[in-house]
Amino acid sequence: MRHEKMDPSCGEAVLDIAGLNVRARSGNQWHPIVSDVSLTLRRGEILGLVGESGSGKTTIGLASLGFARTGCAFAGGEVRFKGQDLLRMAPAARRALRGDRIAYVAQSAAISFNPARTLMEQVIESVVDRGTKSRAEARADARALFRLLHLPDPDRIGDRYPHELSGGQLQRVMAAMAMLPRPDLVIFDEPTTALDVTTQVEVLSAVRELVARFGTAAIYISHDLAVVAQLAHRIMVLRHGRLVEEGETRKMLAEPQEPYTRSLWAIRTFAKDSLPASDVLLEVNGVSASYGSLKALDNVSLTLQRGRTVAVVGESGSGKSTLARVVTGLLRANGGEIRFSGETLAASAKSRTKLQLQHLQIIHQSADASLNPLHKVREVIGRPLEFFFGLTGAQRERRIVEILEQVELGAEHLDRLPSEMSGGQKQRVCIGRALAAEPALMICDEATSALDQLVQEGILKLLTRLQQEQQISYLFITHDIATVRAIADRIVVMHRGRVVQEGPKDEVLAPPYPPYTKLLLSSVPEMDPDWLDRLLASRKQAVSDKAVS
Amino acid sequence: MSRPMQFDRVPLSARIGMAIILAYVAAALFGPFLAPYGQTEVAGDQWTPLFWSQPGPDGDVFFLLGTDHLGRDLLTRLLYGARNSIGIALVTTLLAFAAGVGIGLLAATKQGVVDQIASRSIDVLMAFPSLIFALMILAVLGSSIPVLIVVIALLNMASVFRITRALAMDLEAQDFVDVAKLRGESALWIMRRELLPNAMVPLAAEFGLRFCFVLLFIASLSFIGLGIQPPMADWGSMVRENASAISFGVFTPLIPAAAIAGLTIGVNLVIDWLTNSRSVGNEA
Repeated sequence: MRHEKMDPSCGEAVLDIAGLNVRARSGNQWHPIVSDVSLTLRRGEILGLVGESGSGKTTIGLASLGFARTGCAFAGGEVRFKGQDLLRMAPAARRALRGDRIAYVAQSAAISFNPARTLMEQVIESVVDRGTKSRAEARADARALFRLLHLPDPDRIGDRYPHELSGGQLQRVMAAMAMLPRPDLVIFDEPTTALDVTTQVEVLSAVRELVARFGTAAIYISHDLAVVAQLAHRIMVLRHGRLVEEGETRKMLAEPQEPYTRSLWAIRTFAKDSLPASDVLLEVNGVSASYGSLKALDNVSLTLQRGRTVAVVGESGSGKSTLARVVTGLLRANGGEIRFSGETLAASAKSRTKLQLQHLQIIHQSADASLNPLHKVREVIGRPLEFFFGLTGAQRERRIVEILEQVELGAEHLDRLPSEMSGGQKQRVCIGRALAAEPALMICDEATSALDQLVQEGILKLLTRLQQEQQISYLFITHDIATVRAIADRIVVMHRGRVVQEGPKDEVLAPPYPPYTKLLLSSVPEMDPDWLDRLLASRKQAVSDKAVS
Repeated sequence: MSRPMQFDRVPLSARIGMAIILAYVAAALFGPFLAPYGQTEVAGDQWTPLFWSQPGPDGDVFFLLGTDHLGRDLLTRLLYGARNSIGIALVTTLLAFAAGVGIGLLAATKQGVVDQIASRSIDVLMAFPSLIFALMILAVLGSSIPVLIVVIALLNMASVFRITRALAMDLEAQDFVDVAKLRGESALWIMRRELLPNAMVPLAAEFGLRFCFVLLFIASLSFIGLGIQPPMADWGSMVRENASAISFGVFTPLIPAAAIAGLTIGVNLVIDWLTNSRSVGNEA
């Protein structure tokens, strides 16, 4: 089915934001986080707000509800909802609009639901409380919405508890809750960011279907341009709380005007050519591992050559992070063998030699969790220097600065605490800490997944450069196919603890695909507004083909 | 998470608490020099009221807070008592923390068998009602200050252990501890450099709270006659010795009681601020 992106420019204006300014307080000082942003949204229109973290997109989304987060305040401008200014309205009147005429869908449905109550109770609560609908009407309507959103067993799913549903299903239930009072405006705040690509597709098509069916106006907030391109009629690109560029989706994708917008577009084109074969550094042979009775790895084998990168891909729960824990020795394997530089590695890190520990370093997904909040950069990078090489005093200091320069930071960062640096800088410090040990192998466990796209690209380029200079091997664990294209020589595809495909990058990323690889690859959003339509059409086709045969 | 503390952001209640604690510490340190009479000197009549002066052997003697059941100056006893009560409570709490934090960190770092042995032993210790446990030991060994300190420290160590272990277990699951382990760092280094600094604020709050409990516990032991032995002054025993005065309408025993209450309140005001500033820090 081709979703008709109708021209909504003739509809009535639902939301009209003019010259919005929001500021935030840190200590006794106020600084602007949204400056002079204006937008108009008409019935049936989806507006995409795109930007990195800190660009003010969520703040604008919340301002559309007349809401400012704790520590933030409105500093001027108007937010008109159907002609009424939300910022100057009586609080009670504003509250009456929220969750009724204006709805909000948050990023993580999993933490937005109360785990102790059934979904139906929570979905209908606000409409019943307001007296908009009777309990029975609300239930019937909710079931109809569940069906519309293709939730399994729509008549009974409401009786289940949040933990019984998957993340993608919960996100759709939350969308149903938002649509129940038939709002005039819905704010979707990164509703698919926490989901795997394979489940993201379901939510995207659900959101689009709802908005088209009810003619609601919607704001869709995301850092992922490819996602926004599937839904939005118009896109606004934001940076540092200011509007960079605004335009009709197709036009924006085809001919972005501003350099910043163009850089966002170009990010996903970074790719490296596969390198020729080299000698084997790491060999994983038939390794299995489990958490209690749950089998997380089942007979996994792979090899990694010196100075090369193997990317391990799969959705969450596929066992890729467990693989990292087994190789590092944090989790004991219950079977199989790991060979590293020709030696067999002990199952537990405690029993490995200092040299083995030194040559095998890990970089985690969250730089925040992997840096002690009380340790300054000097200690973070200095400790491995002292521990492995016995460097002290001025020698150590010199080497720290050298390493900081390698990761494109400088001596001015020596005395910073993690809380005084940006996400990208923190990840660079983590890479520096690993580099300080002069490793042969770095395990990157989703090392770029928590970062904004521009920052991600910088880190990937840095890792590629370090590989060329120091012949480091990477075992790169990721769920992101674009990252794989950018960095891998070989690819291992994992699904439910098993390796389903293994081979050189160009082979794995080219047809013919095994079924799971195909599903995974086809679910990655492309920078093409017709991608979702094509994907849904081809999956429908596949289903009906199966039915015929 | 942690940021440098600025005094101008300290709320009034916490400042009052700090002032109270400082005053008590000063009394404990300088008490014997300020005291007008000797600790055990009988200088006047029994249970005289406040601001009492009477003729003595070398002219008039004056008692600011009156006298106790033996005619000793109450202010003097209170000042000496500060030294004993606060000093013993402080040493006891420090000992309880040294043991509790040490074993707690060790249990969290080593886990497995070490953790099981430590945790179950502490469970056994906690299974005894603390007053009965203390009475038992003191009855067997006799009440002396070293025994008193060790017994009460042991009793309080249990809950310090539990809190430390829980905090450290939380931190232990963080990636930065994994990184240190994968570097091959020793358990001691991980405890000292990675775990302890991050557990400092909640432990400091717990220290204040424990200190109050210990102070009150010593006071109650003294009250039943098993704590600090006469003629040494201590607030708990001062309440006991003078308790019967209440029946005659003399409020002498309330003065040492108020001294205990005042210190407890002061410490708690500071703790409240410490725990609050911690939760605010987590939000940011």
